[in-house]
Amino acid sequence: MIMENNESKMVTIHVMGKSHEVPGDLTIMKAMEYAGHQFRRGSGCRGGYCGACATIYRTKGSYKLLGALACQKMVENDMYIAQIPFSPAEKKTYDINDLRADANAFMVHYPEISRCLSCNTCTKACPQDIMVMDYVQAALRGDVSEAARLSFDCISCGLCAVRCPAEIVPYNIAQLARRLYSKYVDGPAEHVLEKVKEVEEGKFDAEIAELQSLDREALKERYETREKRL
Amino acid sequence: MSGYPESMQESLRLVEKTRPDRVGKALPEMTADEKEKVLQDWHPDFKSDQKRALKIGPSKGMLVPHEVADNLEAHTIIKPGEIDLSNIDYDVDVLIIGAGGAGLSAAFLAQEKGIPTEKILMVQKLRLGDANSKMSQGGIQAAVAPDDNPAIHYLDVIGGGHYENKPELAELLVKEGPDVIRWHEEFGVMYDKLEDGTMQLAPGGGTSRKRMLSCKDYTGLEITRVLIDEFLSREIPFVELTSAVEFIMDDKGQVAGAVLYDMDHDEYLICRAKVTVLATGGFGRLHIQGFETTNHYGSTNDGVVMAYHAGANLRDLDSTQFHPTGAAFPEQIVGQLCTEKLRARGAQPLNIDGELFVYPLETRDVEASALIRECYGREKGIVTPTGMRGIWLDTPLIDVINGDGTIEREFASMLRNFNKFGIDIRKEPMLVFPTLHYQNGGVEINARCETNVPGLFAAGEVTGGVHGKNRLMGNSQLELYVFGRRAGVFAAEHVKNVELGGLTLSHLDRYEKWLDEAGIETDRKAPILLPEYRGKKTLEHQIKLL
Repeated sequence: MIMENNESKMVTIHVMGKSHEVPGDLTIMKAMEYAGHQFRRGSGCRGGYCGACATIYRTKGSYKLLGALACQKMVENDMYIAQIPFSPAEKKTYDINDLRADANAFMVHYPEISRCLSCNTCTKACPQDIMVMDYVQAALRGDVSEAARLSFDCISCGLCAVRCPAEIVPYNIAQLARRLYSKYVDGPAEHVLEKVKEVEEGKFDAEIAELQSLDREALKERYETREKRL
Repeated sequence: MSGYPESMQESLRLVEKTRPDRVGKALPEMTADEKEKVLQDWHPDFKSDQKRALKIGPSKGMLVPHEVADNLEAHTIIKPGEIDLSNIDYDVDVLIIGAGGAGLSAAFLAQEKGIPTEKILMVQKLRLGDANSKMSQGGIQAAVAPDDNPAIHYLDVIGGGHYENKPELAELLVKEGPDVIRWHEEFGVMYDKLEDGTMQLAPGGGTSRKRMLSCKDYTGLEITRVLIDEFLSREIPFVELTSAVEFIMDDKGQVAGAVLYDMDHDEYLICRAKVTVLATGGFGRLHIQGFETTNHYGSTNDGVVMAYHAGANLRDLDSTQFHPTGAAFPEQIVGQLCTEKLRARGAQPLNIDGELFVYPLETRDVEASALIRECYGREKGIVTPTGMRGIWLDTPLIDVINGDGTIEREFASMLRNFNKFGIDIRKEPMLVFPTLHYQNGGVEINARCETNVPGLFAAGEVTGGVHGKNRLMGNSQLELYVFGRRAGVFAAEHVKNVELGGLTLSHLDRYEKWLDEAGIETDRKAPILLPEYRGKKTLEHQIKLL
């Protein structure tokens, strides 16, 4: 929570060991820029959607190693910060059309999933508060729907993968689970396919051509008086 | 506990007090004349002192925001003499610049239409998928409902765009909509569905049907990450952190690739390509008229600048989209997007007295203007501790209307992002103000995604014409895949007819000559690759020793 009176309160942060005085109400990303850093790696959407700014930190007097998104986390006094803008991980290649929505899909492409210790380190590392361990376990037992549902808010920042003692890359497993769920468990919406067919048959061409033949005033009249069904 | 300071509590109490009476109520939509007037009086686009006519180039005389004109009336960042074109690092058939939704789609279709995989190259300024495409929250439009069709969608698009759209592009947008959704589902995109397996659909500003499909409020993220997974599985060559900085031309006047800049090593690389697809996105990080933006870090208008250097026509760049609801509090996230889907699901904009003042789903330009008028014309905004003015967006109504748990289920990202700063949007409203969101205009293309410069194709936000002078919610997501796919198809077709001549950068000398002849004296250089946010002291003391 932001208090009215602490706007100019300065705090000290330590970015890869170098100390800077920065305003205490900035995010880690803006504080690093304030201190003079120009991001090339480590900054992306700046709104919590892309995972480019994965950051680890400790605070003074605490042994705990914590993770956050630099664009979403406010600085704290005596925060020791390092960014992890890239996590080395092999995404397996596959043709989604050749797979089935079962545990085997994960065992074949990411066999290390069976090494999961259920230690929950991944869940603790997640800046999105996703139940990472739970979705890894769901994938392991072939519950693709649960894995897809639990992992949906993942932004692939990589913090789970760099912390996992079993060297699993959870976000790759999650991506596979969601694609399998959509394609094989949920399946396509029939009414979309019907509409595609109607468009291909040219069912709406005449109506669009008629609109295109109108002059601006007539088109405006048509727009202003169009029926709304909301 | 409230997430807002004491100074805002009195107004919050009024919001709570009026809430029960507001359930299910809405002010009527404005008349055509009222819309016209609020735009004229309050929309930032209508401030004549904020634009100027371009002095040079193929679109000379076109009015554009000063920030865009500054970018176009600027020296090139590289000089032909500095670049050795004889050492070719990448020699390909199709070069795709930009790895958002449009670029990824173009890559798939180029491959499917027979371009050998190793003859495609994707370059991206930051990482794969680092683009505005991924940040779209509320949805994608497609006329897939039984009571909807592309002709109805077409009229919404054209009217919303103030009849200035390029008709053939708007037609393609709406007609290919359903097929884009089919295509996404084939890849395994998880769209929100109802119990009966049909798509969950919401309205958007200016739509006459419920036409918005969504993936919670992570729509762009979900679509983009599926496409990236597919892209990596197809093993299409790509280079990240490598920005195109100028096109290379040949002596026949064709675009023949690009000079690339390795952002890790400050080194230039040469890519020769028979066809180039430009998919670099928009200009939010130029902060038009000083507005905060919802946009990605890399949205710096660089594609438009490169294309203009090469002689491409521009259009509709006089028109900028300000999203009605960017965050106005807390300070840390000012300008970030609060999705239109919030209003589509029942959240109401309210003034300091907790009163309704506008129909919640006007087109974005009208809605944004009404919010600005309420704050600065009628003085009914809520003032934050930093002096910013904002309007309440009464989000708790969403759960009141649709049932408890709706926000948690459908607005996970909004709930999370505000929770991090102590505001629970299930219990308290958001404070919002219009924010710079989208480049309505851009490089002109035809139905084949060709620009007027041979060998240069373009798709997505970098182009103009699809949306006219105002874009509707969810039509930019749709545009990416409709025109990205087309760009891939027609680029692949074009490759067969291309014989490249000798490579040259003489168009940059020509551009410098235009600047000189127009009497433009400036230190400015463009394209800009990243915005400058460093502290004052750093900038004042900067030297390059390494």
